[in-house]
Amino acid sequence: MIKNYLKVALKVLGRRKFFTFISLFAISVTLLVLLVATALLDNVFATGAPEVHADRMLGVYRMTMKGPENTWTSPVGYAFLDRYVRPMAKLPSVERVTITTAAESVVSYLNGRKIQSSMRRTDGEFWRVLAFDFVEGEPFTTVDDENGRRVAVISETTRQRFFDGRPAVGKTLEADGQSFRVVGVVRDVPLLRYSSSADLWVPITTAKSSGYKEGWSGNFSALILARSPADLPQIKAEFQSILRGAEKQIPDPKSFKTLIAGADTLFEGAARLFVPGPPVVDPAIQLRAALLALMLGFMLLPTINLVNINLSRILDRASEIGVRRAFGASSRTLIGQFLIENLVLTLIGAGVGLALAAVVLRIFNASGLIEHAGLQINARVFLYGLAIALFFGLLSGVYPAWRMSKLHPVQALRGRSA
Amino acid sequence: MINLRQVSKQYRTDRIETTALDNINLEIGKGEFISIMGPSGCGKSTLLNLMGLLDEPTSGQVALDGKSIDRYGDRALSRVRNERIGFIFQQFHLVSDLSVVDNVEIPLLYRRMSNKERRKAALAALDRVGLSSRIHHFPTQLSGGQQQRVAIARAIVGRPGILLADEPTGNLDSQMGDEIMGILEDLNQKEKTTIVMVTHDPRMADKTHRVVRLFDGRQVQ
Repeated sequence: MIKNYLKVALKVLGRRKFFTFISLFAISVTLLVLLVATALLDNVFATGAPEVHADRMLGVYRMTMKGPENTWTSPVGYAFLDRYVRPMAKLPSVERVTITTAAESVVSYLNGRKIQSSMRRTDGEFWRVLAFDFVEGEPFTTVDDENGRRVAVISETTRQRFFDGRPAVGKTLEADGQSFRVVGVVRDVPLLRYSSSADLWVPITTAKSSGYKEGWSGNFSALILARSPADLPQIKAEFQSILRGAEKQIPDPKSFKTLIAGADTLFEGAARLFVPGPPVVDPAIQLRAALLALMLGFMLLPTINLVNINLSRILDRASEIGVRRAFGASSRTLIGQFLIENLVLTLIGAGVGLALAAVVLRIFNASGLIEHAGLQINARVFLYGLAIALFFGLLSGVYPAWRMSKLHPVQALRGRSA
Repeated sequence: MINLRQVSKQYRTDRIETTALDNINLEIGKGEFISIMGPSGCGKSTLLNLMGLLDEPTSGQVALDGKSIDRYGDRALSRVRNERIGFIFQQFHLVSDLSVVDNVEIPLLYRRMSNKERRKAALAALDRVGLSSRIHHFPTQLSGGQQQRVAIARAIVGRPGILLADEPTGNLDSQMGDEIMGILEDLNQKEKTTIVMVTHDPRMADKTHRVVRLFDGRQVQ
């Protein structure tokens, strides 16, 4: 039966080539955009080097201090993280904790040439929480950080910029007015890797001023590596408990009374950007709902287009529908047939969309718009794309299929669709 | 085999009500070859559609083998049409995108059968109507008579007990019409298939066992 449906489906597509082209164009472009967006989101949020333990990693990225008349939201200060979050490493469910700054833009001068780089200051545990791929040398350690040694790990691209790609370990580079000795070189990290990307990494204690040690707001975040994904809820709860205790020690108690923060997955942390206050609904759920609504909204126009084209095809096929009804096809069977035909069209469009997305991603990566993007259609992105295509096929096929099944056989045999 | 008792059919729009059939009482026995005649618009096709369960009477009862189909839902009616009834249309109504053999297989798609069994039955039906050499042709490549023979093959492939033919020779010349009529007679005599045929042609009607005449939706004579 399926073979017969497939034959009919392909023949129907060939009947009105222009409409088929319009349908395939709409489906493939819609899929293209959604696949590229999925690849981008995958690059940010999914497990990938060096954030290979994303499934058991939480971050404290931002904190809101709230008072009767003031609200202050920012990345977290070193003082808070060092006093309240670093000790969480002693918890049985926690493997390690690291503190790092966000990547900042710094300037270097080499032979009269200005080089702009992004620099991240981290502690020694950073290299044990994240899995960087070292092509030369090794990371700096906690001891290096404690002693304020001016050492640096650089990326391959940075090695190319400063040392023409030659071995760099042991050599010195200048950045942000400071000299650092290179101890390791790592593979480039995609810019979208929020917790880890940079061009060079240096110890926190090499900061020009020790002022970073004070204040609960700053430019830092902490990453907490759990022993297993099952430990995450417990760690989150523990962090909230620590937060309640920390409220009693707020540096400016007259202005601020409450702390709002979370030990979050990266997705949850991003969601918190949109919902900084105490949410009624979990911010991650809100962000997922918003992304889903955006996706559905984007698909709405091509879906309506396809529904209209499918309805006009029914007119063409009224006689065939009448014959099938006469010879024993029930309404349910006809709905199934039409949905299969529509899925065939959608999957062909999806195949075209997938091919286009692969080309577009290749161009995107080569353009350097997002450094070291490495966007790709991996198995996960492909499966998302397939799921979107199938959903699209069902969505655009259900109403026309239902209309088709409701055609009165006698009317249909007369070639009438109503 | 087919029993219509006080069957009427009205079509209603917002403004008018049209009576297509009025108080039809008809019994057709197993193995009979009946023709239905009457002027255009007298309700012949409507009567055939009711017998074929393609439409419902406004009042009255239609029964197959003593069982009333009043309360049958869509799936039950579809099953009865698939297993018990075959249709032959004046316009042939072949699916132009499918080959001859794929067209003939259509009724069998809605039965639990393997592809092999389905293909075997379709080839046997085509052989029965003398079209074994055309199985991979498409309807547009066939003459009118050949297309109608494909339609007959499609109608008989599931070995239904009843064939309903709506002016099967109406679009054919006399020679082709005689060929088609010959196939129907053969089916009736050899396989005892019950056939109800709508026709305008008295020559064709004379070859049947009985003629039912309609006028303005009523049985006459």
